[in-house]
Amino acid sequence: MIDRRLLIHFDWTLVGIVLLIASIGILNLYSVISNGEVTGTPLYLKQILWLAIGLGAMLVVAFVEYRHYSDFAYIAYTTAVVLLILVLGYGIMTSGAQRWVKLGPFTFQPSEFVKISLIMVLAKFFQRVPGRGGYSLRRLSIPFLLLFLPMVLILKQPDLGTAIILLLVFLSILIFVKIRWSSLITLGVMGISLLPLVWRLLKDYQKRRIITFFNPEMDPLGAGYHLIQSKIAIGSGGITGKGFMKGTQCKLGFLPEQHTDFIFSALGEEWGLLGCFLVVGLYFMLIVWGLRIAVQSKDRFGAILSFGVVAMLFWHSFINIAMVLGLMPVVGIPLPLLSYGGSFLLSTLIGVGLLLNVSMRRYLF
Amino acid sequence: MMELNTQRMEDFKERYRYLILFAGMAFLLLFVYLWYLQVIKGNDLRQLSENNRIRIREMVADRGMLLDRKGRILAHNRPSFEVFLIPEDVRSNPEVLDKVGEILHLSHEEIGEKIKGPKRRPAFRPVKIKSDIDWQKLALLESNKVHLPGLFVDVRPTRAYDHGPLASHLIGYIGEVDENELKKMGDRVYRMGSLIGKYGVEYQWEAVLRGVDGGRQIEVDALGREIKPLRSVESYPGNNVFLTIDLDLQKAAEEAYRDKNGSLIAMELQTGRILAMVSKPSFDPSIFAGNVTSEEWRAMIEHPFHPLQNKGIHGQYPPGSVFKIITAIAGLETGAIAPDTRINCTGAFPYGNRTFRCWKEGGHGTLNLHQAIVESCDTYFYQVGLKVGVDAIAHYAGELGLGRKTGIALPHEKAGTVPSASWKKRRFGTSWYSGETLSVAVGQGYLNTTPLQLLVLLSAVANGGRLFLPQVVERVEDIYGEKIKEYLPEETGRANISESTLRLIREALMGAVNEPRATGWASALKQVKVAGKTGTAQVVRMASNFKKGDMNRMPVKFRDHAWFAAYAAYEAPEIAVVVLVEHGGYGGAVAAPIAKKVFEKYFNLETSPPVKAEAVLADSVYD
Repeated sequence: MIDRRLLIHFDWTLVGIVLLIASIGILNLYSVISNGEVTGTPLYLKQILWLAIGLGAMLVVAFVEYRHYSDFAYIAYTTAVVLLILVLGYGIMTSGAQRWVKLGPFTFQPSEFVKISLIMVLAKFFQRVPGRGGYSLRRLSIPFLLLFLPMVLILKQPDLGTAIILLLVFLSILIFVKIRWSSLITLGVMGISLLPLVWRLLKDYQKRRIITFFNPEMDPLGAGYHLIQSKIAIGSGGITGKGFMKGTQCKLGFLPEQHTDFIFSALGEEWGLLGCFLVVGLYFMLIVWGLRIAVQSKDRFGAILSFGVVAMLFWHSFINIAMVLGLMPVVGIPLPLLSYGGSFLLSTLIGVGLLLNVSMRRYLF
Repeated sequence: MMELNTQRMEDFKERYRYLILFAGMAFLLLFVYLWYLQVIKGNDLRQLSENNRIRIREMVADRGMLLDRKGRILAHNRPSFEVFLIPEDVRSNPEVLDKVGEILHLSHEEIGEKIKGPKRRPAFRPVKIKSDIDWQKLALLESNKVHLPGLFVDVRPTRAYDHGPLASHLIGYIGEVDENELKKMGDRVYRMGSLIGKYGVEYQWEAVLRGVDGGRQIEVDALGREIKPLRSVESYPGNNVFLTIDLDLQKAAEEAYRDKNGSLIAMELQTGRILAMVSKPSFDPSIFAGNVTSEEWRAMIEHPFHPLQNKGIHGQYPPGSVFKIITAIAGLETGAIAPDTRINCTGAFPYGNRTFRCWKEGGHGTLNLHQAIVESCDTYFYQVGLKVGVDAIAHYAGELGLGRKTGIALPHEKAGTVPSASWKKRRFGTSWYSGETLSVAVGQGYLNTTPLQLLVLLSAVANGGRLFLPQVVERVEDIYGEKIKEYLPEETGRANISESTLRLIREALMGAVNEPRATGWASALKQVKVAGKTGTAQVVRMASNFKKGDMNRMPVKFRDHAWFAAYAAYEAPEIAVVVLVEHGGYGGAVAAPIAKKVFEKYFNLETSPPVKAEAVLADSVYD
């Protein structure tokens, strides 16, 4: 079943980068949570378990020939959307949002898998060659529909971060497959004119976060607190960092969401500029390598599929780091392979599996 | 299909460069900003992270104790549980205010007001909400501590004055340092909320009483809860100050005053050490150490009899007949009179267009100097005054320490006033009228003295003219009992007055207490010979038809002040006492019995039954 050539072309570089980042992630997580009261399984052990499951899933996804996913795309998409609807009906409420469903001993976030399935259906849709000058706006109505359906459901949870990722991945793919300049401009104008409406739809806490972003000193003990503390944590790390397990900002609870969205602050505090450069550099390598895979793909489906995954990884890592550095408003977007979270790790590794898949088969056809 | 798929792959390849460039720019932005935060702003932000986690908790040093001459405690420290809130921590958890308020019975507004506190408070510096909470409240707060971030309860020394208002003017009080004091002292030693001596010995000996505060560096979590101590510097207690007063004598003196107002000072004649210092009304110094409310403060300030004034050194009164000692000395020393100069008193002495009256309506008849002092005849001293003139009187007043500060080491001592011709020229620009000399000769007019000055004067008379610096502190010891400083008796001068004159005066003072018709008989003791002089200081000029009994019908604030200055024993002087009873009436009737109580206590005598005021009146001896 498994072609020998597949093993020859197995992308060790990609797997190497991913494993390196994931290992740093586990180490960092171990440090971050070691202060807390231990109740039940420590988070880093759970994360290791999820990593093992994820790597298994990555390999499975990698070895099934990716062109089968083209046939499978709409089924996957429909399943993910149905799960989203289920979440709204029967999901578990945590901290004001309904994002998780329970499946046996595991809880997971369907919105994570929506990202993968959306990439798959978009790849399937765009594999057909557009006319001269790229896609017109009219031909984009189906992709827009494919985007909006899950996006609205996710916004209802509410989960602004994932919705933004969906939108950005979607727009990235549009650019990648080339749409008409006129369409692009029209889209831009529409987007800007919709902004006031979007603002009105935002929850108060989300509005506050955005206002605080532009003026964090306005409320140093309220909404701006997280941002300031995060910057203090990173900056106080200096060049070499405070050392493993020695981050005071994080250990003493000054960092918000320190094991999920703000994990990078903890990394910056303990490992300093050197650690940050290493990790950001690894992400950059991952992105560059992924883009290479996308353009070296033998067909459009593989290219768009892998590009979608790269776009997802890029926006996640860029926005998250920019956010904890205070370069962007705080939105709940986790950092791939570093933030704690099973579903997110799984969806990331499935994405990596797709990349591997396309990479291995670039010489096959 | 396959054909189609491979056809247009060049598009992607062409876009690859731009995408790499885009991602590269994005990540470059991250790199640059990381550099900015961690390298350029690194030190600042590290400082901030240290400030975040490290807080300083003061350890307030024990203040030195105040003890009496026999080592009995007058002021010490007791532990008090004080509640603090850290505004920065509370701001993000406002419900803490309500919870703490509920436990301490403080309204939301009251706590809010306290928390706003001083404007120049450094970040994360705790603000005191309440001191001296009881055990029940303490237990409630401590058991809820985990749910009350920003709260901490500290045991701190609180000043305790076991004898309440006893000797309060001498001991003084402490209070929270105010902005002016902070500015003056610099904030190295004192910080916002530090306690500082404000009055009396607590103020004057602040530097030795104050210990050195210590502190603890502690690590806190984001909720301000203590995680672990980092470093600490122990506090070092202040030194103990031994006062010269004797607790028993002080008690006896205070009790003798009952509800009267005024001042009493008792002094060791040979050393100048103060044995008792009473000023009435008094106050309880402990209210200032805690939380004095603005109402309590206003009540003190607006009290008609000025409880915050130490009348012994701050009050200035005409000395009345006590001053006849000076007039007599001036007469004798200048040769204007001799001991046997006799003058006839008819009860009134016309001078100029006025008639100066003697306190005894019918007059004293013919008297020599000794008799004139014993019976305190005004007419006699009017004429002595006229003979010597105001400048000679002023000179001998100055010889015996009047008109200038005694130098006692207590703040804001007053110098009094001794008028002379040149003084009047300076002060009012007019020349002296000899009629004014008559008033001065009997201790009225422009004359003003503090009780302490009269005490020093009398002591000098008893002491052969030696003037001692009145002292209130005997020695300072550190906590191990090692003597740090000792205050030895200090002679500030010697009056240039002949011994024969002083002997004559002393004999007369003895007579003024012990002879028939003596004005100070109410202080006479069987076992010990007391010598002294009474005085009555007019507050307002009497109408010419004024009768003695009218005094009791006058409003209190217009009644005369009663004086008595005395020493004992006559043969071997040990102790001098001055008594002033504000608006008390006649010195012989009111002030002398109080001095008697002090002598009785000092010489360990049986206390005599209190003298009835009516009995004194019946004897018709007033001055």
